[in-house]
Amino acid sequence: MVTVAPDEGEFVAPAEVEDVELYHAKSFITKYVFSQDAKVIAIQYTATAASIGLVALVLSWLMRLQLGFPDSFSFIDPTDYYQFITMHGMIMVIYLLTALFLGGFGNYLIPLMIGARDMVFPYVNMLSYWVYLLAVLVLVASWFVPGGPTGAGWTLYPPQAILSGTPGAEGGILLMLISLALFIVGFTMGGLNYVVTVLQARTRGMTLMRMPLTIWGIFTATVLALLAFPALFVGAVMMTFDSVLGTSFFMPAMLEFGEALEYDGGSPILFQHLFWFFGHPEVYIVALPAFGIVSDLLSVHARRHIFGYRMMVWAIVGIGGLSFVVWAHHMYVSGMNPWFGFFFATTTLIIAVPTALKVYNWTLTLWKGNINLTIPMLFAIAFIVTFVHGGITGLFLGNVVVDVPLSDTMFVVAHFHMVMGVAPLMVVFGAVYHWFPLVTGKMLHEGMGKFHFWVTFVGAYVIFLPIHYLGFLGVPRRYYEMGDTTFIPESAGTLNAFVTVIVLIVGAAQMVFLYNVIVSAIRGKASERNPWKATTLEWQTAEFPPSHGNFGAEPPVVYRWAYAYGVPGVAEDFVPQNVPPAEVAMSGGDQEEPAPQPAE
Amino acid sequence: MHVAIVLILVAVGSVVFHFVSPWWWTPIASNWGYIDDTIIITFWITGVVFVGVMLFMAYCVIRYRFKKDRRAEYEPENTKLEVWLTVLTSIGVVVMLTPGLFVWNQFVTVPDDAVEVEVMGQQWQWSFRYPGEDGVLGTTSIANFDGDNTFGLNPDDANGQDDILIEGDDLHLLLGQPVKILLRSIDVLHDFYVPQFRAKMDMVPGSVTYFWLTPTRTGTFDILCFELCGVGHYDMRGTVVVDEEADYLAWLQEQSTFAELMAEAGAGEAGDPVLRLTESEVGATENAVTQ
Repeated sequence: MVTVAPDEGEFVAPAEVEDVELYHAKSFITKYVFSQDAKVIAIQYTATAASIGLVALVLSWLMRLQLGFPDSFSFIDPTDYYQFITMHGMIMVIYLLTALFLGGFGNYLIPLMIGARDMVFPYVNMLSYWVYLLAVLVLVASWFVPGGPTGAGWTLYPPQAILSGTPGAEGGILLMLISLALFIVGFTMGGLNYVVTVLQARTRGMTLMRMPLTIWGIFTATVLALLAFPALFVGAVMMTFDSVLGTSFFMPAMLEFGEALEYDGGSPILFQHLFWFFGHPEVYIVALPAFGIVSDLLSVHARRHIFGYRMMVWAIVGIGGLSFVVWAHHMYVSGMNPWFGFFFATTTLIIAVPTALKVYNWTLTLWKGNINLTIPMLFAIAFIVTFVHGGITGLFLGNVVVDVPLSDTMFVVAHFHMVMGVAPLMVVFGAVYHWFPLVTGKMLHEGMGKFHFWVTFVGAYVIFLPIHYLGFLGVPRRYYEMGDTTFIPESAGTLNAFVTVIVLIVGAAQMVFLYNVIVSAIRGKASERNPWKATTLEWQTAEFPPSHGNFGAEPPVVYRWAYAYGVPGVAEDFVPQNVPPAEVAMSGGDQEEPAPQPAE
Repeated sequence: MHVAIVLILVAVGSVVFHFVSPWWWTPIASNWGYIDDTIIITFWITGVVFVGVMLFMAYCVIRYRFKKDRRAEYEPENTKLEVWLTVLTSIGVVVMLTPGLFVWNQFVTVPDDAVEVEVMGQQWQWSFRYPGEDGVLGTTSIANFDGDNTFGLNPDDANGQDDILIEGDDLHLLLGQPVKILLRSIDVLHDFYVPQFRAKMDMVPGSVTYFWLTPTRTGTFDILCFELCGVGHYDMRGTVVVDEEADYLAWLQEQSTFAELMAEAGAGEAGDPVLRLTESEVGATENAVTQ
């Protein structure tokens, strides 16, 4: 039986891996540019992801201007609009969220939280970032080729993605496919690192069931990504062949504006299967790190252990496994065999059970806690709100027959923005406020942080709640303009204008956040060590902020789980993972043993 | 403490918004009211859960707000509670899924008395085909397309000769008559959707997809393309008219069959009908690109 939180001092065999000699950089270039230190690579990933994310933010402004005030902006024509939505979607899902959670938080937190000195393959880890940067540059380059970037929608469905009726069919689509392939190559280098590091480089005493949930989330997400991305990779290669070499993987016999094409015998739906076999796990590649991180934020700032740790771990693993057998719920009306609907609706609704349990356990962590309403806690609560909202609308779309009227409406847009846009970004923000002191040694400005939180959370909710109702009405997604219909009232146009105004405001609030990050990093208030009184190892390093090698002369030894908050009989309300049982100060001076943590 | 108030506002406000919002289903015009019913069931179950979770969090934030001299309760697991929550959630899922699957079964089971109508999509317009007197649609192929044969019908197929072809005009359906809508695309993916019918399906080049419905009230409704099909996607519109029997038959009488159209094209060497498709296609393309 696995013990959730072994008794203090229980013997745990030392890790098999010897303390390894690291690569010690000497020059500025090897320290800060071509760095092999996971912490520096994490910052590089984060900065690059944030930069391209800003592009996506501006694109969202532009597309909302068109939707809110059609006919007012002569510089946005349908071609532009379809390019905006495509690039916005692809950047947010792949180049921002995936890169940020795994390349950014993964690199920074995995070695520190499991007590390792660095990733196990630092050189490959460095290459991972540079290939990612190249992928981003290739993506950006598509704005500068004839025809501009692809406007095929982020799902890139053939045949239209590579035919002339779609913007960017000349060069944009090829650069998109090449960029995706590069991203996957770069991610694989990083991903192998994260997985092997978690499995092989944990410090003495850090059993799998003592790992913080942040690590469980990132670890499981990485495994999913390593299994799912190859499907996208082959899809991208096959579509490139269809476009360049004239193969017919995805292309049946058809016309292009009246002219018969050379293609014959391919299947457009095959691409959709490949895409969503990647695309659905991708949702969890973003969500699972967010699940893990938010668990830790809630626990630390509510001064309470996470509720039901083992259930939380198994839920992460279970959701990860199930995420590979639900992909075709994106394809209920794709024209695939309709009998698949029974299977995929059932698996999809089953996944709601472990997901709901995670939500219950987050709220039960707050229950009977001692809740500090810090900014990370506020963002964690905002995550629960938006995630529950986005999760339950997923139950609409997952239930095959309900999806029939709702698919490809604005309901879908509102659903996935809430569940995999807003909710994970709430965690990103909470995590930045939480770990910023660790990275920089400075605190973020609290006033600006509160402003940022309230505008972002309330604004995002006000944006996406009513958009669901446009979907019920039957307003389609991916429409440059609604034009005249018999069923859409004028009030929908007013709502669109209102939403656009809120989008501009919420976007602008992110500039306050950026300003806060930059200014606080330079001259913010100095942080004390471990300002949130957290138990996990990243706060117990030899130097603060942690330096090269993380843990000084001796790597830490772990004696307990990551959630020893409010342990009865102990003087402080938290016990770091690496404090030996004998050194734990008891309350009231009596030396009775601390209450044993439940073992099974 | 603001956050507790906001949590309560989110819960109450979302419910209030749900009931006062002017945006809801457009009145239904097909037999798929079951779909609306399934959505109402889902709304009730998920709504209760959503409000419950929000209010519980608000309660926790108020009741367990940080106090210097208080400790959180130490209770890492509560198996009984976790089992209860698992069982209740599973029941909720079953209650939502079961009617959903029953209705899906109806959705994929086309009744025997359904008549067939074909919808053909191309960038960026709709065309329609009725089987004619023999009740059977003729076969088609991409290879058959030319200036005259704009539906790609097989000229040697006897079943196709009496097929009624509608190009650049409205689709008409008969009130109360179950109809199997066969969907065919000759270029990229499209999706045939009439919001009042609730049912939709993608149109995939290289195969024929379908769904069925029974129109339940007369009227004129919009057809919209619901699968991104290129730069003119938003402009790919059409109209469907649901008629009483007399009106429907009268309209059908006026339409031309494939054989008639081919004869007409052969007679008029000037090739008027030949150019018709090409012109409208070019027009649609330019329209979309310049708008």
